[in-house]
Amino acid sequence: MSPSPASIPPAPADAGAPLYLERNYLNARRGPWSWLTTLDHKRIGVMYLVLTSAALFLGGLFAMLLRIELLTPGPTIMSALSYNRTFTLHGVVMIFLFMIPAIPGIFGNFFLPLMIGARDVAFPRLNLLSVYLYLAGAAIALYGMVHGGADTGWTFYTPYSTTTVTMVWPILLGAFVLGMGSIVTGLNFIVTIHTLRAPGIGFMRMPLFVWALYATSIIQVLATPVLGITLLLVAVENVFGFGIFDPARGGDPVLFQHMFWFYSHPAVYIMILPAMGAITEVLSAFARKNTFGYKAVAFSSLGIAFVGFFTWGHHLFTSGQSTVDAGIFGVLSMFVGIFTAIKIFNWTATLYRGSIAVRTPFIYVIAFLFFLLFGGMTGIALATVALDVHWQDTYFVVAHFHFIMVGGTIAGFLAALTYWWPKMFGKRYSERWGIVGATLIFLGFNFTFIPQFLLGNEGMPRRYYSYPERFWPLNVASTAGASVLALGFLVVLASLLLSLKYGKPAGPNPWGSRGYEWKTLSPPPEGNFLTQPTYPRMPHDYDDLNPGRGGH
Amino acid sequence: MPAAGSHVAHHFPDLEVQSHAARLGMWLFLATEVLLFAGLFTAYALYRMLYPSAFLGASKLIETSMGALNTVVLITSSLTVALAFHYSRQSRNRLAALLLVVTIGLGFVFLGVKAVEYAHHFHEGHLPGRFYHYAGLQVPGAPMFFTVYFLMTGLHGIHVVIGMGVLTWLAVGAWRGAYGGDYTTPIEVGGMYWHLVDLIWIFLFPLLYLI
Ligand code: HEM
Ligand SMILES: [Cu+2]
Repeated sequence: MSPSPASIPPAPADAGAPLYLERNYLNARRGPWSWLTTLDHKRIGVMYLVLTSAALFLGGLFAMLLRIELLTPGPTIMSALSYNRTFTLHGVVMIFLFMIPAIPGIFGNFFLPLMIGARDVAFPRLNLLSVYLYLAGAAIALYGMVHGGADTGWTFYTPYSTTTVTMVWPILLGAFVLGMGSIVTGLNFIVTIHTLRAPGIGFMRMPLFVWALYATSIIQVLATPVLGITLLLVAVENVFGFGIFDPARGGDPVLFQHMFWFYSHPAVYIMILPAMGAITEVLSAFARKNTFGYKAVAFSSLGIAFVGFFTWGHHLFTSGQSTVDAGIFGVLSMFVGIFTAIKIFNWTATLYRGSIAVRTPFIYVIAFLFFLLFGGMTGIALATVALDVHWQDTYFVVAHFHFIMVGGTIAGFLAALTYWWPKMFGKRYSERWGIVGATLIFLGFNFTFIPQFLLGNEGMPRRYYSYPERFWPLNVASTAGASVLALGFLVVLASLLLSLKYGKPAGPNPWGSRGYEWKTLSPPPEGNFLTQPTYPRMPHDYDDLNPGRGGH
Repeated sequence: MPAAGSHVAHHFPDLEVQSHAARLGMWLFLATEVLLFAGLFTAYALYRMLYPSAFLGASKLIETSMGALNTVVLITSSLTVALAFHYSRQSRNRLAALLLVVTIGLGFVFLGVKAVEYAHHFHEGHLPGRFYHYAGLQVPGAPMFFTVYFLMTGLHGIHVVIGMGVLTWLAVGAWRGAYGGDYTTPIEVGGMYWHLVDLIWIFLFPLLYLI
């Protein structure tokens, strides 16, 4: 089932380009020092790839421990306290070390300049700093993990988090430093997009991934500082006991929840918007059609970013919020659904009558659409106050956000990774193993999380290490699914790593994509382009291949 | 005066775009700073609403004249930093450097006044949360006032210190003639940061000392 390149005609610009650029950004300079001090956005993207992938596997390891513990109703392999620590570490690692930095850090850094015809991001030194902030934040958090870890959950709810004897403060501090890295990335991208677009790339001709990054960056810049101060306050409280969130000293714990979710709800859009952007690129490339509704897709990203700031209260429906507030927050949350639906309809319309090439990245696109739809719909359901009272703090919520985070963000991440891998490293991976991996992930994911919807609906609460026997069968199904999911990830990892050594040279544009980032060689040269490309057409413009099939 | 061309990084088309990028970046950074403090302002608003009379009583325990003095000090320092930028544009580098040093000096004055105030609070037991032990005002909410007070002025103080560090670096550069003429963006964005630190104090002063 190896791909027949003939079915995807290469873009005309490729004629005469070498299949593999021997002297490229990966080997133009040598030695570890050249990596540690690099200012090249592509190398920084690669460093993020290594670091966030390591985090993904660490977080996955914690997840498997959790699932094994839940294999039987009673204690299986660990104590209640270890279970609490494990799910906290799982959440913290996945969210702060993978979900938030991954797609902007890897693909944003690598492809944003390539997509707008720039030589680098606006502030290359800050960009390198963001990597070190990531490392420092991870190291501080890791210090806390080794010295006992926290048992509060990634949400650090007060007053528990300020009174627990476990080591919360390093984890809080680590997340604070990671947040600074996230701000730096977002700031850098906004300025880059404003100042470094090549002639010919106006705002309304930017690739849609760039639009998604732009919207994401706005959230990163405006929301993250609030998380920063919140986490600092909890850390101060935990160490000194100033009483700011402590009801025993006149403090208000619900204030913490407001401040935390003021960041953490928008943060879920930091996680999903870049994935949506990447999916738009991949989908268009494999449907071989111009993205339907360019403006709608572009502005819906901004719409999500904007409305996302006014929905945090849906996490406080059961925290004593007034009915009026709850109703308002519920309705505002549903607006996000409208913008998301705009995207889903436009993606579907792009697929309609496209000449679809089913390659590995495209399988992730289909998986993404399915998961996002389910995750989004259950989000709307949860935003309905009366239903949420039933589901709050059950596995239903767990399934909801895993559908969007694993099903959406990770599927988007893998679509992006498998789509852009040939450009980043100049090699093709085995299409057969790519499809095997994608299929395992799709199936394993469903088996892991569909049972959790059912469990939550039947009333199984989240964050307990044991449960009544009637929940047993579905928990076994979930653990079995998680094993398949883990296997899928290992297959993906192996097939990509093997491609570096054994893969065939990719050529500048193996998918025949019209995306601007393919206008350079694979892997790109150190300065991004040998000659500055020109941009006579819209990004993702395939109209000449589809005569008579409208697609705007 | 250094040639403008030598300051343009390879990925920028010209100095103007590069300066624009630096300014835009600084504006965004200032937005993050405002939001960082916004969390504390929210806490202030909430607790002031919950404990109106305790906040009123406790705010009488801090010395308005000291706060007013510091307000004048910081506003003056904003003027000197602006003048430094002005003279740097005329390439009067030594004068610009001197004005930056004056600004740093005013920063020290600010911190000194703040230290005197803090010492007084420590002495009297006007302290946050469980450390509060001032016998003259024993009402629920008074410790919370000092929690908020110390958090806000403390975070602001840290910003003053960072700002002074930045200004020191700029002053050295200006003295050596690293800026001047077309190329004054570092002083401009550094000055923007200092203005913000000043501006935050202008909000803290009435909220904590006056009302
Ligand atoms: C249409 C869009 C969405 C709506 C209306 C929505 C709604 C909700 C609601 C109401 C809750 C609270 C449930 C409860 O605690 O009882 C929730 C939880 C959550 N959602 Fe969503 N959601 C949406 C999209 C997303 C996205 C895109 C992500 C992530 C990428 C996400 C991640 C989460 C997480 C992590 C939680 C649980 C947080 C926790 O308590 O640990 N959601 N969502
Ligand atoms: Cu939310």
